[in-house]
Amino acid sequence: MTLHDLEKAFQHKIDNEIKIEPKDWMPEAYRKTNLRQISQHAHSEIVGMLPEGNWISRAPSLKRKAILIAKVQDEAGHGLYLYSAAETLGTSREQMIDDLHSGKAKYSSIFNYPTLTWADMGAVGWLVDGAAILNQVMLCRTSYGPYARAMVRICKEESFHQRQGFETLLVLSKGTKEQRDMCQDAINRWWWPSLMMFGPKDSESTNSDQSMKWKIKRKTNDELRQNFIDMIAEQIKLLGMTLPDPDLKWNEERKHYDFGEINWEEFWNVVKGNGPCNKQRLAARNKAHDEGAWVRAAALAYSEKRKNRLNNKAA
Amino acid sequence: MNKLSNYQINYILSLADSTLILGQRNGEWCAHGPILEQDIAITNITLDLIGQARNFYQYAATLINEVEHKNETEDSLAYLRNERDFKNLLISELPNGDWAQTILRQFFFSSFMLLVFEELEKANDEQMAAIATKSIKEINYHVKWSSEWVIRLGDGTEESHNRMKNAIEALWMYTGEFFIPADYEMIDVASLKEKWLEKIKAVFEEATLSVPENTFMQTGGKNGIHTEHLGYILAEMQSLQRTYPGAEW
Repeated sequence: MTLHDLEKAFQHKIDNEIKIEPKDWMPEAYRKTNLRQISQHAHSEIVGMLPEGNWISRAPSLKRKAILIAKVQDEAGHGLYLYSAAETLGTSREQMIDDLHSGKAKYSSIFNYPTLTWADMGAVGWLVDGAAILNQVMLCRTSYGPYARAMVRICKEESFHQRQGFETLLVLSKGTKEQRDMCQDAINRWWWPSLMMFGPKDSESTNSDQSMKWKIKRKTNDELRQNFIDMIAEQIKLLGMTLPDPDLKWNEERKHYDFGEINWEEFWNVVKGNGPCNKQRLAARNKAHDEGAWVRAAALAYSEKRKNRLNNKAA
Repeated sequence: MNKLSNYQINYILSLADSTLILGQRNGEWCAHGPILEQDIAITNITLDLIGQARNFYQYAATLINEVEHKNETEDSLAYLRNERDFKNLLISELPNGDWAQTILRQFFFSSFMLLVFEELEKANDEQMAAIATKSIKEINYHVKWSSEWVIRLGDGTEESHNRMKNAIEALWMYTGEFFIPADYEMIDVASLKEKWLEKIKAVFEEATLSVPENTFMQTGGKNGIHTEHLGYILAEMQSLQRTYPGAEW
């Protein structure tokens, strides 16, 4: 088959909703795009453990502490399945982690914002996980088989996290004045960065068209962002709080909420490394990895020794 | 309150405090472990410890409320008692140190708690026996996991072997307290020493490590005389409950 035939057969599969599997032929750009996206997603899970891990020692009740620990642990688990899915595209987990640590690979910019109060645990669950879920629900039907299957499992846990986040805020919203203020303040700080999670506007996004054609993505950044705003604008009524956007208003004609302009300068600044916590997040990941080097070396040395002993016994 | 129920309450609190404080320490590893799979494993153990602590605090609260007509909850007991009230074993409050020290502490602690819970399972306190039965399943895994790591690190590289030796040097003196009974203890802890030592020696032998000659032992935790570390753990853990008295979370 010529390259042209291979490409045609590949697109035919995509068009007929047949999943692409690791051993199937795929265009190099399809492999690269998936690898970039899945590994970036895995890194986001791992770096995302840091801002929430920040509150484990201070969780205000034993129940909240247990819930928070379990949640951060789930994220580590998501990182594991995603690294495994990405490895099927031919790059090792070590290589991906090295790329994260060197700053070559990206992760979701949202985790470069600090978690300043307990209410941030609620806001992160509700808004950040809520935004992530919309993207992930779409990805359950993405064309690359291992990624789609990893997403199905992850989505179940993520929607649980979002409900927990909302419930955390609900308790605060019914609490003392200080708790209500804390709740509103967290929503104010996390709202705009959550909207930025969907990426640049469709008119500015470089990867979108090809990704839609290959069904890596099935909705555009702007469509997903609008879905999110419509969902949150309704849910916030239950909290009796407000979203920090004076232009947010139901548009009867569009059947969607209109909203104000996102600060894209801030978005690009955080992407470029100037967010409030970019340096701390990478430093924390590097520190854990570097300080764990001797542990990994010991585990490897021990398993080699054991293998040799078993072989000697057998011989 | 009669003396017997006072003893019982203190004993339950001592178990709650040890498991909570160790959970608090292990929780510091979450998101900072040496490799993802082990980050998940230590976090699992943390969750088990917090779960055990909650069972004990809830039980203690029920008894206190019955005897003293108070309104204690698991959270008031965990978040509103002070340094001198905590009865946890000293080893549980020590800083994590490196992975070797964390592993070794878990191994010493879980090997001991397994024996304690096996005794409690036989006790005629039904609630206690039920908590013990549930916890033993978890602790068996904690012992297995930590033993495997002691062996892996002891018999791994020269560096890991030396780090294990340093960890033993640092932690051994906190193990004697396990077996010195406090007046409130409902089981004969002294009688568990031999069996514990047997387990430690067997694992150490496989790990090419040895039990130290030095036998001086630190004590005090069970009676509320702690290291300087506990105050900081509580200051951090209790901060929200102390800052916003009476708030629901």
